[in-house]
Amino acid sequence: MNHEEIIIDGPNIAHGADVPTDHHAHDHEHHEQHFVWKYIFSQDHKVISKQFLITGIIWAVIGALFSVFFRLQLGFPDSTFPIMEKFLGDWAKGGKLSPEFYYALITMHGTILVFFVLTAGLSGTFANLLIPFQVGARDMASPFMNMLSYWFFFAASIFMFVSLFVETGPASGGWTTYPPLSALKEASIGSGVGMDLWLIGMALFVVSSLLGGLNYISTVLNMRTKGMTMTRLPLTIWALFFTAVLGVLSFPVLFSGLVLLIFDRNFGTSFYLSEIFIGGKALPHIGGSAILYQHLFWFLGHPEVYIIMLPGMGMASEILATYSRKPIFGYFAMIISLIGITLLAFLVWAHHMFVTGMSPFLGSIFVLLTLLIAVPSAVKVFNWLTTIWRGNIRFTPAMLFALGFVSLFISGGLTGIFLGNSFLDLHLHDTYFVVAHFHIVMGVSAFFGMFAGIYHWFPKMFGRFMNATLGYIHFFITFAGAYLIFWPMHYEGIAGMPRRYYDYSAWETFKHFQSLNAFISIVAIIVFFAQLLFVFNFFVSIFRGRKVTTMNPWGATTLEWTTPINPGHGNWPGEIPEVHRWPYDYKDDGNGNDFVPQTVPLRPGEEAH
Amino acid sequence: MSALITLTLIILVFVIIYQISKASEYTAVIRGEEKVKLQTNRTIAWLLVIFFVLGIYGIWMCNDYFKDKMLPVAACESGVHYDSMFNMTLLVTGIVFFATQAVLFWFAFRYQSTEKRTTFFFPHNNKLEIIWTTIPAIAMAILVAIGLKNWFNTTSDAPANAQIVEVVGKQFNWLIRYPGKDGELGKRSFRNIDDATNILGLDWNDKHNADDIIAQNGELHMVVNKPIKLLIGSRDVIHDVGLVHFRMKMDAVPGITTTMWFTPTITTDSMKQITGNPDFVYEISCDQMCGKGHYSMRGTIIVQTQADYDKWMATQQPYYVANAPTPAPGQPSIPATADTSKTAVKAETTKAITMK
Repeated sequence: MNHEEIIIDGPNIAHGADVPTDHHAHDHEHHEQHFVWKYIFSQDHKVISKQFLITGIIWAVIGALFSVFFRLQLGFPDSTFPIMEKFLGDWAKGGKLSPEFYYALITMHGTILVFFVLTAGLSGTFANLLIPFQVGARDMASPFMNMLSYWFFFAASIFMFVSLFVETGPASGGWTTYPPLSALKEASIGSGVGMDLWLIGMALFVVSSLLGGLNYISTVLNMRTKGMTMTRLPLTIWALFFTAVLGVLSFPVLFSGLVLLIFDRNFGTSFYLSEIFIGGKALPHIGGSAILYQHLFWFLGHPEVYIIMLPGMGMASEILATYSRKPIFGYFAMIISLIGITLLAFLVWAHHMFVTGMSPFLGSIFVLLTLLIAVPSAVKVFNWLTTIWRGNIRFTPAMLFALGFVSLFISGGLTGIFLGNSFLDLHLHDTYFVVAHFHIVMGVSAFFGMFAGIYHWFPKMFGRFMNATLGYIHFFITFAGAYLIFWPMHYEGIAGMPRRYYDYSAWETFKHFQSLNAFISIVAIIVFFAQLLFVFNFFVSIFRGRKVTTMNPWGATTLEWTTPINPGHGNWPGEIPEVHRWPYDYKDDGNGNDFVPQTVPLRPGEEAH
Repeated sequence: MSALITLTLIILVFVIIYQISKASEYTAVIRGEEKVKLQTNRTIAWLLVIFFVLGIYGIWMCNDYFKDKMLPVAACESGVHYDSMFNMTLLVTGIVFFATQAVLFWFAFRYQSTEKRTTFFFPHNNKLEIIWTTIPAIAMAILVAIGLKNWFNTTSDAPANAQIVEVVGKQFNWLIRYPGKDGELGKRSFRNIDDATNILGLDWNDKHNADDIIAQNGELHMVVNKPIKLLIGSRDVIHDVGLVHFRMKMDAVPGITTTMWFTPTITTDSMKQITGNPDFVYEISCDQMCGKGHYSMRGTIIVQTQADYDKWMATQQPYYVANAPTPAPGQPSIPATADTSKTAVKAETTKAITMK
């Protein structure tokens, strides 16, 4: 097929700034592509990025809607909500959620948000959009693999979505799906077909993530334009690069864990099963270890937290610098702390398992390594704060979300210091304190990074602006709402209230939090509608938003703003520009501008960073 | 139909909000974009300040309101250590929280864009980086040291005089086994389990099982000021013994025996006075997702004086008495009196099972 050759042709001569080439070879605008190849089975990183984003948004709405359903149950356990019956049918007979489906909802809420939104939706969108743009490449190293990455994700989405409609319900053993609960059909109805579909969906998801990750890594390492040394890369690229490294090294371990679980479920093996009496009979399994699964799961599960966090960190760094009109403070310290976080991310997984009966000595090692990760995190926070110090801050929606990101990252990070210390974890483990901690630090704050990125790069994606007023409304409701929802959960957790309970009214120790739960639920519903407002703004702005009229509307220094307003496949109509300086030269350029793009050569006598 | 109307209404509201916001874009163009931008910037900066002030005030009020509802009274020695370490960590993180958030919001307000402002080109400073790498590192080292000291104390071996009790989780209740007069728990195997007659799979060939007592109502009795060691197991999926007032948690994993020990220091009766709650009861919560009844997997703990404990113990029947197959010839140590009450107890036990 003709168009494919052209597409593959582009990136292969990406270093072409120094290679004399015929300009017209890159001018893909002339080649009219069929709709299917241009928008559906597209190999253009920009289109794939939009595909990831829009699929992610759809999943996010579904996942958030689930949280509204189970928050209704938690906030008002004595009331019925007939509207739920409309959505959920017999799972909410008479408007009252059944316990089985409550657990299915929390499981799918976690799975969807962690994997389908904050991994695929976040990395998939911004790694695809920004890596070729910001390193100066015409596309990914392998556009075809990149396309496969999306379509494997799409297939995973289909399986996960179908699992919502099977008769026995979707998986309901928590997003961590610990066996034996998830391995035995007798243990829970969600461990039937729903769990099989969950496992297939996740296996496909891992494939998608690996195809994407390998591409991101090779593009960053091999396809940088002339002059773009590693130390001239924007921090977004550094962050997305380490995100991909984390994914490539840890997702296979999850995959192996899932495969063993599939074997235990279907082929009579005993990797995770031992000495179990269930459903009125003793099972033949002997010698497996249920804890083995937890090691395999958390070996991905913990790096996964950083897979979710790092893109937000990178984008916040970029956006804070851009709208403060100041260089990011401590560029090298930021890179070193990213490396530190990446390395430590592999060495802390068992802090999720302090109470599994593991050796206390082993636990102590994980305490040390876990609290060590607070150091690079603290360095990043201090660097962000110094970045805005004595800046000239423009409060665009993107900047507000980046500031909110820092605020939430501090709040959620500090509670991690409690949970990482095994002795304190003894009481707080699996309580609402944990729920509050991870929702703030990797849920909401990663979302804030994502929102910041969307508001900031929307003009590059669609050639139009999102409506700023709606952005401000969205920001303040979400920011206040996030704190109002999750701050009170800390109190519940400190009181020892366990997570994943359907109803607390029978518990003498926990029942006095009922009115607080109702309050949290009301705020959650308001915040849900604020997110719908964002989705509305997003889709309407694609078609009706104010048009972008200049190539570089935010006055940013990085390469993506040197492309045309609506770049075609290949990104730059002419040669790829050459890079002469680091990406954060926010200083007087001698012509009255307060920034110097990366493509501008050093002036005589000017020192490089 | 009503759903359709609601949906239309919601979309309509969104459209209206969007149109109003859109209008603000047009007025901005008419009034001069730069001017409007600066004005918006000022407004947003003030909103952030208001947000911060209200936030801190709200946190203050919340803390005040929830002060007594947070950590429940600690009912064991390591629980008291827990509370002091928790409060210390809270103090350290609280200070850092307030300081960094204040700086963040202050900088945002103080350095908001104005027409005159010029920025300070300040790309790096190694001295600062070293300072704020070292200080958190030292703080973390101190927290780790305190944490590990407590951790090793708590997870050390139980004292020799500790009372030993087995706690076994099953979907969805707790089974408690006391060793009886001989002080030893007999062997058990999951293959022997029978929901009607041998709920824990006790091996009737092991003499030690003959006097073991099983509480199927999840009631765990302890003697105040006497160390207790729990042997924790599970019949089916992973559960978790969560003891809020003792600041303890330990998973119950099928195929593995886990343990925890502590010394309860406050009896249930004194706790009723301390909390002023006549219904007070120590609860065992399941803290590991275990299926649809997870939220109702509740046990209770009764901490009592030695005298009360002995009195209660005297009323208990060994599980064997009610449930063993016709006494085998090799089983000597069954109290003769037990035989008469055998049928009655058995009826009671079956009832307990059907209720679950």
